[in-house]
Amino acid sequence: MRVMNKGQNRRSVLAGLAGTGLLMASPGIIGRARAQSGDAIRLGAPFHRTGIGASYGRWYERTANAALEVINAGGGINGMPVEMIVEDDGTDPKRGVELIEKFSAEHKVDAVFGHLFSHVAAATAPRAGELKMPYFLCSEAHTLAAGGFNRYCFQPSISDVKSQVSSMAPWISENLGKKITLIYPDYAFGYDHRDNMTAAIKAQGGEVVADIAIPPTETTFTRYMPRIPFNTEVIYHVMVGPAVMTFVKELGEHLGSNRPEIFGFIDSLEAVDIGIPQLEYLEGTHFWEGHARYAQADQTEFDKFYREKVGVDENGASVDDARDISTYAHMFSVWETLFAMKQAMEMADYKGPDQKVAFLEAMEAIEGFEASNEFPQGEKLFNGKTHQSFAHQNISKVTDGKLEVVYRTSIEETLYEDETDYTQMSF
Amino acid sequence: MMDLAPYLLLAGLEGLVMASVLMLTALGLSLVFGVMRVVNVAHGEFYMLGAVGAWACAQFVPGHPALAFCVALVVAPLLVGVLAYLADWAILKRINYDPEGTIVSTIGMLYIIQQLTLMSFGPDARAVDAPFYYTIRTPWFGYSSYKLFTVVMALVLVAGLWVMLKRSKWGLVMRATQFDRETAQNFGIPVNRVYSIVFAIGAMLAAIGGVLVVPNQQAHYLMGGDPLLLSFVVVIVGGLGSIPGTIAAAILIGMSDGLLSVFFSPTAAKIFSTLLVAFVLVFKPEGLFGRSNRV
Repeated sequence: MRVMNKGQNRRSVLAGLAGTGLLMASPGIIGRARAQSGDAIRLGAPFHRTGIGASYGRWYERTANAALEVINAGGGINGMPVEMIVEDDGTDPKRGVELIEKFSAEHKVDAVFGHLFSHVAAATAPRAGELKMPYFLCSEAHTLAAGGFNRYCFQPSISDVKSQVSSMAPWISENLGKKITLIYPDYAFGYDHRDNMTAAIKAQGGEVVADIAIPPTETTFTRYMPRIPFNTEVIYHVMVGPAVMTFVKELGEHLGSNRPEIFGFIDSLEAVDIGIPQLEYLEGTHFWEGHARYAQADQTEFDKFYREKVGVDENGASVDDARDISTYAHMFSVWETLFAMKQAMEMADYKGPDQKVAFLEAMEAIEGFEASNEFPQGEKLFNGKTHQSFAHQNISKVTDGKLEVVYRTSIEETLYEDETDYTQMSF
Repeated sequence: MMDLAPYLLLAGLEGLVMASVLMLTALGLSLVFGVMRVVNVAHGEFYMLGAVGAWACAQFVPGHPALAFCVALVVAPLLVGVLAYLADWAILKRINYDPEGTIVSTIGMLYIIQQLTLMSFGPDARAVDAPFYYTIRTPWFGYSSYKLFTVVMALVLVAGLWVMLKRSKWGLVMRATQFDRETAQNFGIPVNRVYSIVFAIGAMLAAIGGVLVVPNQQAHYLMGGDPLLLSFVVVIVGGLGSIPGTIAAAILIGMSDGLLSVFFSPTAAKIFSTLLVAFVLVFKPEGLFGRSNRV
């Protein structure tokens, strides 16, 4: 009996020791201990390190690191250094919600930023509101500007799908054709494209002759292609997920040389090298780009500065590995969002969560941003009521295997009537 | 929209390609179950490793993509086979091929392989060049000739496997072990070695499927899920452990998937195959082509 007890005691002591060790080593505990010191601004960064958004996540993280280096080298925000706590959300809505809870309860961050995929953002935004956690989207979801989220959510850099689509539809119908076949991913982001493009092209006197929804986890696409009607004048495609390159390749195989006009969102080829033989058929087709992947002839000094800091060459690839293509058309939103947050925090003389409301009200008071090193994509209008930014959109043409901007929309073209007013909502 | 005939042609081609890759992966699963009575949940990961192996070969073998492809077709399945052999020796043998134990431990293998791939290969989908590019043009659509090549390859491999099982001494030994393990052992058949080798061959078949498919689909660490599910569907519909049944079911499921997903939607195709499994399990649990009273 005594021996057994002794053994059990020793075991429980050992277990206790191991448990204490684990507890001490767990990042949550350390985060909490550090959070109490109040000498730095902490930002939660739930990036898509794995899952279908992985290539975006990798570049979002690199861009955020580069921006924070610039911010901290310039003295941080209000004299405090800015720290970023990165977690992988697996491009998974459920994990997105868990993480915003973790950032709030354990890391006690000042704000959260960096979500891109709309299904993750749509799940996370309501929880951010409940937790009263400032939540900055680097996404194109229209849900925010449509009034679907809450006063804690902002999209200060990248324009939403509605303004992208409605600003480009006139150009598409005038230059490419009026009979459109839509190919889009079968979830929220894709529906934004379907609904807004259908409405916008109708307003131009055109029509959508077919719309083809494809699950974002799909790996083979040939079977969807027969649904493209022969009278299609323009194929409008926007695909996401790991198999985007297969999609574009199979589209080319299916169509052959007598293809209709093609207008794609660069999403279908983000992080993919377009200079490969199977994609030669894209020569002469058009793409939307939020920010031009290839350094253009009229490149601004701001774009040059930003490229250099993030480590991207003039072809949009990593300076360390020419095969590592960036998600250039989207990732500027991380950089600009961080500088927008900095601006609002400085306006509110933000020192910590006590001034949270002042920080958010300052954000709402901002009317726009000038093109600068901080905003390398260009000037934008910011609507404090809808919490949404409006910026120039680029239409690029594949010329000699590179994307060349042929039309840049005005900001006026991207505007539409307000659909909500978050300032009427209480904090 | 296309006329019915070309539509049917495209759907048939898609179904054929699907059926042939499915035939390889499902045969691997079926062989392992038939001989060893092991339900290998990690089967899809061997398929994924084949695809990742093909990508690795493409990185290290210089010159024309066809050369790298040929190397991959030999090296990737061999490496996967060695890995499976070791997994059998290190895990399955230790738990005495206990049915519940093997399910749980192959689930464990699934996660270990998947996460190790994530940690080394990374989260991105990576493209591998096909050994050749030639698009067959019909008046209505173009079709990758490489896809048809995979059909031919799969048929050759399945025929080879068939001959091996029916004609060679090794095939006889495997069939004997499958028929009655204890009697086989009494006749001096090294049953444990047969098990290890069968497990390795099963994994290699999946890996070959992965190598063949990767020029069409890109390598990705999560790509093993779909083939695992469909292989199970095929094996259940065809009758567990029955090779002819597996081949017939692969053609049935592959073709119906191709036709249904072109004419209706890929989701409808999945609904159909899952329903088929449910009906088979209820009305003919030994499978459409299986024999019921096996020992």
